[in-house]
Amino acid sequence: MGLPLMMERSSNNNNNVVELSRVAVSDTHGEDSPYFAGWKAYDENPYDESHNPSGVIQMGLAENQVSFDLLESYLEKKNPEGSMWGSKGAPGFRENALFQDYHGLKTFRQAMASFMEQIRGGKARFDPDRIVLTAGATAANELLTFILADPNDALLVPTPYYPGFDRDLRWRTGVRIVPIHCDSSNHFQITPEALESAYQTARDANIRVRGVLITNPSNPLGATVQKKVLENLLDFCVRKNIHLVADEIYSGSVFHASEFTSVAEIVEIIDDVTVKERVHIVYSLSKDLGLPGFRVGTIYSYNDNVVRTARRMSSFTLVSSQTQHMLAAMLSDEEFTEKYIRINRERLRRRYETIVEGLKKAGIECLKGNAGLFCWMNLGFLLDKKTKEGELELWDVILKELKLNISPGTSCHCSEFGWFRVCFANMSEKTLEIALTRIHEFMDRRKRF
Amino acid sequence: MTRTEPNRSRSSNSNSADSGDGGGGGGTTAMRVIVPLQGVVQGRGGLFLGSVIPCAFFYFLQFYLKRNRKDEPGSGDQNSASSPNSDSNSGFRDPTRSQSAGHLTELTGLPRSLSRILLSPRNSGGAVSVSGRASCVIKGEDSPYYVGQKRVEEDPYDESGNPDGVIELGLAQNNKLSLEDDLVSENPREEILDGLSISGIASYEPSDGLMELKMAIAGFMSEATKNSVSFDPSQLVLTSGASSAMEILSFCLADSGNAFLVPTPCSPGYDRDVKWRTGVEIIHVPCRSADNFNISMLVLDRAFYQAKKRGVRIRGIIISNPSNPMGSLLSRENLYALLDFARERNIHIISNEIFAGSVHGGEEEGGGEFVSMAEIVDTEENIDRERVHIIYDLSKDLSFPGLRSAAIYSFNETVLSASRKLTTLSPVSSPSQHLLISAISSPRFVQRTVKANRQRLQRIYTELVKGLKEFGIECTRSNGGFFCWADMRGLISSYSEKGEVELWNKLLNTGKINVMPGSCCHCIEPGWFRLCFSNLSERDVPVVMNRIRKVRETCKSQN
Repeated sequence: MGLPLMMERSSNNNNNVVELSRVAVSDTHGEDSPYFAGWKAYDENPYDESHNPSGVIQMGLAENQVSFDLLESYLEKKNPEGSMWGSKGAPGFRENALFQDYHGLKTFRQAMASFMEQIRGGKARFDPDRIVLTAGATAANELLTFILADPNDALLVPTPYYPGFDRDLRWRTGVRIVPIHCDSSNHFQITPEALESAYQTARDANIRVRGVLITNPSNPLGATVQKKVLENLLDFCVRKNIHLVADEIYSGSVFHASEFTSVAEIVEIIDDVTVKERVHIVYSLSKDLGLPGFRVGTIYSYNDNVVRTARRMSSFTLVSSQTQHMLAAMLSDEEFTEKYIRINRERLRRRYETIVEGLKKAGIECLKGNAGLFCWMNLGFLLDKKTKEGELELWDVILKELKLNISPGTSCHCSEFGWFRVCFANMSEKTLEIALTRIHEFMDRRKRF
Repeated sequence: MTRTEPNRSRSSNSNSADSGDGGGGGGTTAMRVIVPLQGVVQGRGGLFLGSVIPCAFFYFLQFYLKRNRKDEPGSGDQNSASSPNSDSNSGFRDPTRSQSAGHLTELTGLPRSLSRILLSPRNSGGAVSVSGRASCVIKGEDSPYYVGQKRVEEDPYDESGNPDGVIELGLAQNNKLSLEDDLVSENPREEILDGLSISGIASYEPSDGLMELKMAIAGFMSEATKNSVSFDPSQLVLTSGASSAMEILSFCLADSGNAFLVPTPCSPGYDRDVKWRTGVEIIHVPCRSADNFNISMLVLDRAFYQAKKRGVRIRGIIISNPSNPMGSLLSRENLYALLDFARERNIHIISNEIFAGSVHGGEEEGGGEFVSMAEIVDTEENIDRERVHIIYDLSKDLSFPGLRSAAIYSFNETVLSASRKLTTLSPVSSPSQHLLISAISSPRFVQRTVKANRQRLQRIYTELVKGLKEFGIECTRSNGGFFCWADMRGLISSYSEKGEVELWNKLLNTGKINVMPGSCCHCIEPGWFRLCFSNLSERDVPVVMNRIRKVRETCKSQN
């Protein structure tokens, strides 16, 4: 057995290109879809009020900038030094001495729990020890998928859904998404038939379903999920013995607090542990607080095993202790958070009304929404052919001619063609008006033909 | 112990996969039976029997495996056979059973009210199950890695507040936030906070890090090599910690079921970072104290070929330099030999250089110089550069782990592209990035804090090693990192893993110091322990020495 160490270097080094994994070369990350392509167009020619008034207006990014001034003034006035370092000095040796890594600062978890309770008007309680911190909701969703499902298993997700799920739930986990088809006949709500049909589809393909994942309020619909639908969902999950994950990232952006039912409220009144421990909630500060750059997400689970595993797994995606320090004081300040939540809701509502009214005047209808940073617009009547190609053609026209980047329904896997998600919270009011003007002019031009 | 658990879950994962993967697994097993079988049969029955019998056996085995797989589709839960989780599989067991048909009629009726959920008999069917990946965590709770951590949490040492508490010497973290303390006392804070307002840092930024920070990190990395290499910031991908960096590379370079060669003793974290969610294996390549724990190319080679024979595809080698736990620096010759090895087998090299910035012990003391893998490939052909990937951790350099910012440096465009996308799942927080940029660009900060910190580490290391020597405990020469790799073979009752665990227990419970036993580092020789000193102050060293003395006395009296 000759020692390979003595091997001559092979002369055809060109064939010796080292290979990479399937994960590295696959396109399951989904970043080639129009959803992301539009962002590129924006990056290359971004709108600016003074310097580039004919640039592309970004309406494809669900970011909340409407209430930023409130945060800014709080952080800078109340706590100028603490804002960077957290409260001055060590609150106690235990706080500093503890191995903080994946448990997260206790004060910060308590602050998150308190904030989440406030958003739900106190209709549900959150135990800080069930909060696991992750670097964003993206990470939280992926983590839960790793924990609840094995490769080749499936999660049922109602359509239309957030395009990022294709990456977050599937890419590294090897888990599949089986869509629960929803349509406009009932405002895209999830029906028991659609649920059962999706489950059966998976079973027919010999795929094991491990859970249902919903976004409530929904992205891209911009509407809350009705209480009875939530109850049905939980019932379905109990019967099939699967998990229920509720991504409630937009819970603080519901225009009227009374219209939102969190799955936490439903679980609150249940005693049966085997029912409770299949429910998991994902939350993040990126949308409600408009702090996406901070990368603060959380998993809240009623299942001890899941909490324990998630905590360990969060080693890969920890929130920096500096960020935790910085936000802990702010989030625990109930007077501030109450005021913030109230004003934020109000401003978002007004923005929503502005855009919906504006679109109505141009002859465009939207789905009746009550939450989120976007509206779900119906341009089906503009399509020659109600097909994917037809929709993408129209999307391209809107991007190139109107210079508006909006998200086509097909990138959200919507089974009806012609729907588009339009974000309204990531720009000034003036910019929004300009966008609406462009749309008006476009519609006028079309009427003339 | 940690070592066995992940292996168990590994086989259960492959069994629970679809027929495609499972068939492969069954096939390998079958081949191991057929090859010798054929040899036996060919001696008497000739070619006919030699092929028919093994084939028949093979098909029977496949049939048997397929049948079993159908019965236990949730065999990812094989691990938890004894736990209530396995009961949940009954719901899925028989797709043709009528219960699902029965449900359809109920569903088309009116929506159920809440009370129906409470009354439904299905609830008593048992707990909902979690994935194979989750199940193996629940099992791994008994390892010293976690037990020690827990003890420290419950009873942490503090000089003034809790002088009898457990001192953490197990993990490479700095709990004291010394960075912050230094800054508070010296008050260079204004320099850093100037111009840092929230509006610059709140919105979405590229998840793989700001270019400004990448440039600063590239500078730090260059400095660690004494500027013999210049690092290109555009080849950096930032992520929230060295664990994440290692996992991302593992995902990019290997498929599930493939393996990396890892010389041991190694970092205990690799079991999690490299293997856990990726399904990738680690094949340990043991190094011996007789060789000063240096990597033997012969042993490496043997490990490669043994794996190959077993049908396991090796995708790369993972080395650490300065090494964890020994703290030794790899020589230029070593690095060239490793690159040759990788080239000849067409595999990757991951060079974990997270402690590059913590090199101490200058050349006068026979310390040697730190040579980065980047320097070795600097002069090589392009193809070789594509196989080298480096991990760096700024937070180790600054002794501020809470900030969560590590980096992958690669010459391979595809790896960079995939890694960049993957960092959306483990990004560095914006305020942390800005703070780091600000801090690193301040020469006063770098001078005072970083350099002072390195000197402090050097002093503490020297004291610790001296103290241990007085007890007859030798440490390997360490020139970098935060560890002492201590030879406590003289103190263990029996030269075995059991003896090592006993000593570890004594150190934890009697001495109240949490150290990392060599078995967690996969060291093949029992009796070695890793002590991390980065979170000790100079005043703590005598305390640690006293504790060890106490334990030593109990050992002597028992022996």
